[in-house]
Amino acid sequence: MSEAPAVGETPRYYVPHTSVWPIVGSVALFIMAYGLVTMIHQTTDKVAAEGTHGVWIFYIGLGIVAFMLFGWFGTVIRESVTGMNSGLMDRSYRMGMQWFIVSEVMFFAAFFGALFYARVISVPWLAGAGSNLETHTFLWPDFADVWPLFMTPGGTETEAMEAWGLPFINTVILVTSSVTVTFAHWALKKSQRIALGVWLAITVLLGAFFLLLQVVEYAEAYEELGLTLGSGIYGSTFFMLTGFHGAHVTMGTVMLAVMLFRVFSGHFTPENHFAFEATSWYWHFVDVVWLFLFTFVYWF
Amino acid sequence: MTRNGIRRVIATFGQLCSIVLVIFGYSQAAVAQVFDMREGVTEISQRVQNLHHISLGVCVVVGIVVFGAMFYTMYAHRRSKHPVPAKFHESTPVEIIWTIIPTLILIGMAVPATTALIDIEDNSDPDITVLVTASQWKWHYQYVEADIGFFSNLATPQDAINNLIEKEETYILDVDNPLVIPTNQKVRFLMTSGDVIHSWWVPDFAVKQDAVPGFINEAWTRVDVPGVYRGQCTELCGMNHAYMPVVVEVLPEEEFDAWIEDQRVAAALAGEQAVADRSRTWTMDELMPIGEQVYIAQCATCHLPDGAGQGIRYPALAASEIVNGPVEGHIDRVMNGVADTEMQAWAPQLSDRDIAAVITYERNSFGNATGDIVQPLTVFESR
Amino acid sequence: MIAHADTIPKQRHPLIAFLLRWLLTTNHKEIGTLYLCLAFLLFFIGGAMAMVVRLELFQPGLQFTQPDFYNQMVTLHGLIMVFGAVMPAFVGLANWLVPLMIGAPDMALPRLNNFSFWILPFAFILLLSSMFMEGGAPNFGWTFYAPLSTTYGPPSTDYFILGVHLMGVSSVLGAINVMVTILNMRAPGMTLFRMPLFVWTWLITAFLLIMAMPVLAGAVTMMLTDRHFGTSFFEASGGGDPVLFQHVFWFFGHPEVYIMILPGFGIASQIIPTFARKKLFGYHSMVIATIAIALLSFIVWGHHMFAAGMPLAAELFFMYATMLIAVPTGVKVFNWVATMWRGSMTFETPMLFAVGFVIMFTIGGFSGLMLALVPADFQYHDTFFVVAHFHYVLYPGAIFGTMAAVYYWLPKWSGRMYDERLGKIHFWTATIAVNLTFFPMHFSGLAGMPRRIVDYSIAFADFNMLSSIGAGLLGLTQILFLYIVVKALTSGEKVTDAQVWEGAEGLEWTLPSPAPLHSFETPPVIEPDDAHAAADRA
Ligand code: HEA
Ligand code: HEA
Ligand code: HEC
Ligand code: CUA
Ligand SMILES: [Cu+2]
Repeated sequence: MSEAPAVGETPRYYVPHTSVWPIVGSVALFIMAYGLVTMIHQTTDKVAAEGTHGVWIFYIGLGIVAFMLFGWFGTVIRESVTGMNSGLMDRSYRMGMQWFIVSEVMFFAAFFGALFYARVISVPWLAGAGSNLETHTFLWPDFADVWPLFMTPGGTETEAMEAWGLPFINTVILVTSSVTVTFAHWALKKSQRIALGVWLAITVLLGAFFLLLQVVEYAEAYEELGLTLGSGIYGSTFFMLTGFHGAHVTMGTVMLAVMLFRVFSGHFTPENHFAFEATSWYWHFVDVVWLFLFTFVYWF
Repeated sequence: MTRNGIRRVIATFGQLCSIVLVIFGYSQAAVAQVFDMREGVTEISQRVQNLHHISLGVCVVVGIVVFGAMFYTMYAHRRSKHPVPAKFHESTPVEIIWTIIPTLILIGMAVPATTALIDIEDNSDPDITVLVTASQWKWHYQYVEADIGFFSNLATPQDAINNLIEKEETYILDVDNPLVIPTNQKVRFLMTSGDVIHSWWVPDFAVKQDAVPGFINEAWTRVDVPGVYRGQCTELCGMNHAYMPVVVEVLPEEEFDAWIEDQRVAAALAGEQAVADRSRTWTMDELMPIGEQVYIAQCATCHLPDGAGQGIRYPALAASEIVNGPVEGHIDRVMNGVADTEMQAWAPQLSDRDIAAVITYERNSFGNATGDIVQPLTVFESR
Repeated sequence: MIAHADTIPKQRHPLIAFLLRWLLTTNHKEIGTLYLCLAFLLFFIGGAMAMVVRLELFQPGLQFTQPDFYNQMVTLHGLIMVFGAVMPAFVGLANWLVPLMIGAPDMALPRLNNFSFWILPFAFILLLSSMFMEGGAPNFGWTFYAPLSTTYGPPSTDYFILGVHLMGVSSVLGAINVMVTILNMRAPGMTLFRMPLFVWTWLITAFLLIMAMPVLAGAVTMMLTDRHFGTSFFEASGGGDPVLFQHVFWFFGHPEVYIMILPGFGIASQIIPTFARKKLFGYHSMVIATIAIALLSFIVWGHHMFAAGMPLAAELFFMYATMLIAVPTGVKVFNWVATMWRGSMTFETPMLFAVGFVIMFTIGGFSGLMLALVPADFQYHDTFFVVAHFHYVLYPGAIFGTMAAVYYWLPKWSGRMYDERLGKIHFWTATIAVNLTFFPMHFSGLAGMPRRIVDYSIAFADFNMLSSIGAGLLGLTQILFLYIVVKALTSGEKVTDAQVWEGAEGLEWTLPSPAPLHSFETPPVIEPDDAHAAADRA
């Protein structure tokens, strides 16, 4: 078995022999999953689960996941900094990230699919479109096909979220942040440390601001519009899409913040900054998803 | 191709596959009965069977060619007979040929399938419309024009299911009230469901359509031959999915009209009976046996004959707080059920007398001893 | 040069060292072994559940199980076989073989590889523990249609949902790894069109996984929110539709069934040329056909829902698209036959399983084609005819494929030969048992027996008894297989030749047997001619 290479010498392909982080991560995911279910059971009436500490189990799991990511990426960073990552390795990471984003696209595709299905198929059918006249006459005689769905077949009412208020501001924010992160990238490639730091910091702030506005928007939806998770398929798709998008923005912002920190620690070079690039891809992806969201959830 | 031409092709394929099956050692009649798709009693079901024959025939022929070549080469080109392997590989013409031929065969199969499908999906101009509403685990049939409706429950005794008594020919395919339809009329079915997805299937009509809660799917049939036809629910719908038979009785037209009339009269009589029931006070001894009957027929699948329930999914009625609590709560639970659970609303399904009886029974059995007697009038008033 | 950072100190208690080795390993061969062992264990568990099912169906009437428990067994059997047996087995084979076949030192992302594996046991603990919960295990079929699984699902459904999430994470990460390995780690000179077919089929399988698994995650997420957070994706009263669930599920589900067969195609394409001692006929058309199958698999999902109430146009579209898949699949079958044609064949156990695979998969494919015809599907749908179809493509398809692979590569993995005579006995008993179990199901289906029923009308009794007897025999053959593998590993004849099989070609056969823990640390150089031959032959 060959020894770890001396610092500075780049192996053709660095194969770590063992690592504790994956098993830590698996256990953590298990704890999180278990905690999440107990938490849900605790807070809803499906099962009486008082006395179980779902929330805490969940947070413990989440904590270990964070710890694992910290440790895992820490190791990778150390390897990268000590020059053990060959160009081939770098390409593996890049491709890995790209395919990961593809899988994320498909995850959102499922929810967009649900949205289109509701708008093009189930809502019109419930109102008697196509060969579904009988559905309308026998089951939902009072239901009319409008979108946003102000009144569900079951009679739940809601108001729609206006596109040109907060959502539009959020669109501007995200698009801007996509631009700023690109400026940061250019700066990085030209070794302009200060510009890099500034643009990246602005991006992080924009991300955080977006999230803040989204919280405001949700509060407005719940309190003023009566638009909730429970207000029919409009509310369901609205919160599912914007919610998962928000979760991704949160992830992205945290990742950007970590990058900012690493920039301060002087980790990246104009040639070697995969983590930064991956984060910016992710950020662009989140941005593109938002554009679709804005178009199909808010606008049309 | 003309219709006749198609018919001839169909017939040839049909014969072909029968022959193949006969080679396996069975007479054609036996083959048809045991191994074939059912022919059924409608024009559509027969066309579907033909389609089955065509596709089976195609597969058998392609199979004979492909497997024949394979077995031949395995025999002839095994090492002991053919020690030096040939060197050839890759041939574009060959690849093209074996791409195109299957494509053509498939197009040939798609044609009769398409025409049959178009006819099957033509739900227009029905003579009679029946609204079929599924629920766990029974069917409700509503004759839309005649405005009569009833539930259709499994009639096979529990003892047969538990292997305590002999099983009859129609084991688990028997219901208390079959759907009755006339011959030679286009009957349209509107399928829907009150809880989960079920599927209404009568093989002899080649009608299988899912009953989806909140939506109505349509299907139709026109049966020429009077008789009793049996099928089952074919979509997994929970615990008693196996015990949800569909039985259709097809009557000659005049008899059907008479049957409808009978139903009307029966409904009127039941109304009068209900008035009579609620106008007098019932005793415990009268209600208990009726209650037991209703309980065993309707409630025991979930709550078990001894009221012990099944874990947390189906609560025990023995020592239940609701059963031993105020009568109103109990009546409400039975009449209105609990939304989004298997406990359905029984008010539309049972008469005042039956509900009163079953509640009385539950309150005085399984170790419950409230001594309460619930009167049909009380039930009527809480409707 | 390759570097390894070895962090396990040498002096440890042997048990701890053993545990640490398997828990922390990043070696593709060790992880491959882990996957294969887990798959085999879960195959036994899933198979034991099938035994419960067959025991109950031995006769009409309730015999051993209560209806709800029966439904739990069917559900868990389907889930475990699909997600626990077939998929991990294929990933295990990919782990073992892909780096060897393309001349890579390891998988591209070794730590991620370990992560993908170790998520799985936990996912199955979540799933299996549901059997011991109040209200019982999931009981709504492996397809978990709403609203039976949402509004009416038992409390354990939520554990099931999270279990599926974990399996999804594992599969996606595993697929990304395979994808990147194949795209990035090939030895110099190994162009895409020189890769062995097993690698090709896995490349495409990985693509299917990356595209399909996230959609399943989306489906179960919507289930979770429908169950607990008041959304109404699958509820008409809120404007949703229970059938939407089926669309989302089958958009994942149909590619999933090809995920369970494409690596099997790859295995057959490796084995048949070896024992026919003749190049694979039509390497390029094999690759193109695989790609065509994969692409078509995304537009045929509706064929599972013909009875759910789709408009005529959609039914026609899905019917035509589905039928079209027979064309590229046919190309594969014909190519296998042409490969055998005028070869010089011997029939060692791997070849027997490969040939059995081709024949019986084709039979399953034929019944698939029959199912695709909508009017006929109205009769077949949700009957045992469908059960017969998918067991033919899955058991003598996916499982025979895996077993062929194990017999074929076991000498390379372990350096020991299995017992040829026992292997042949295994093949013939398994073949008889499979057909005895699953062929009569065609007839019970045609006669009108719905699937997922605990009890059936006496008209179907004979066929069911046959199936149950076959299933018992099939169970015994599994024990034989276990015995053969254990015997080979512990006391099998040592293999000295790197080549193992006279006709075998490909990089893995250039390594000593057993393959050393670390291989191709310096990439092999693929001479254009050699490589071409290797790729073409393989
Ligand atoms: C490995 C898994 C696998 C594979 C490979 C397939 C392959 C195919 N399947 Fe199957 N299928 C399943 C697993 C699989 N299936 C499962 C698990 C289910 C049930 C899910 C559930 O409900 O639980 C199912 C259900 C299923 C249905 C739904 C049935 C119903 O519920 O009503 C349909 C309908 O079209 C179908 C069709 C097909 C077709 C057309 C193919 C084709 O790919 C087959 C193509 C192959 C051939 C046709 C043979 C070789 C070809 C030739 C020799 C060429 C020449 C031939 C001719 C021209 C005839 N399958
Ligand atoms: C790869 C997938 C796969 C595999 C390999 C199998 C293997 C088997 N399946 Fe499976 N099956 C499915 C996937 C698979 N199945 C799916 C997806 C469903 C649909 C589920 C649903 O409807 O939701 C299904 C449904 C299904 C049904 C239909 C149930 C119903 O609809 O009511 C039946 C019935 O006979 C059945 C039987 C069997 C049998 C006998 C085997 C045998 O091949 C198993 C052989 C293996 C063993 C036996 C294990 C090893 C041995 C032991 C454990 C020792 C003990 C043995 C004895 C005591 C004899 N399966
Ligand atoms: C399909 C299954 C099923 C059938 C049939 C059924 N029930 Fe129930 N029943 C349930 C379930 C499930 C509940 C629990 C509902 C809840 O509170 O979540 C229940 C609850 C009850 C309760 C309340 C018990 C308690 O302690 O909470 C009563 C009383 C009751 N059922 C009576 C009946 C009667 C009377 C019948 C027949 C006329 C009947 N049930 C038929 C499933 C069924
Ligand atoms: Cu109703 Cu199955
Ligand atoms: Cu499919």
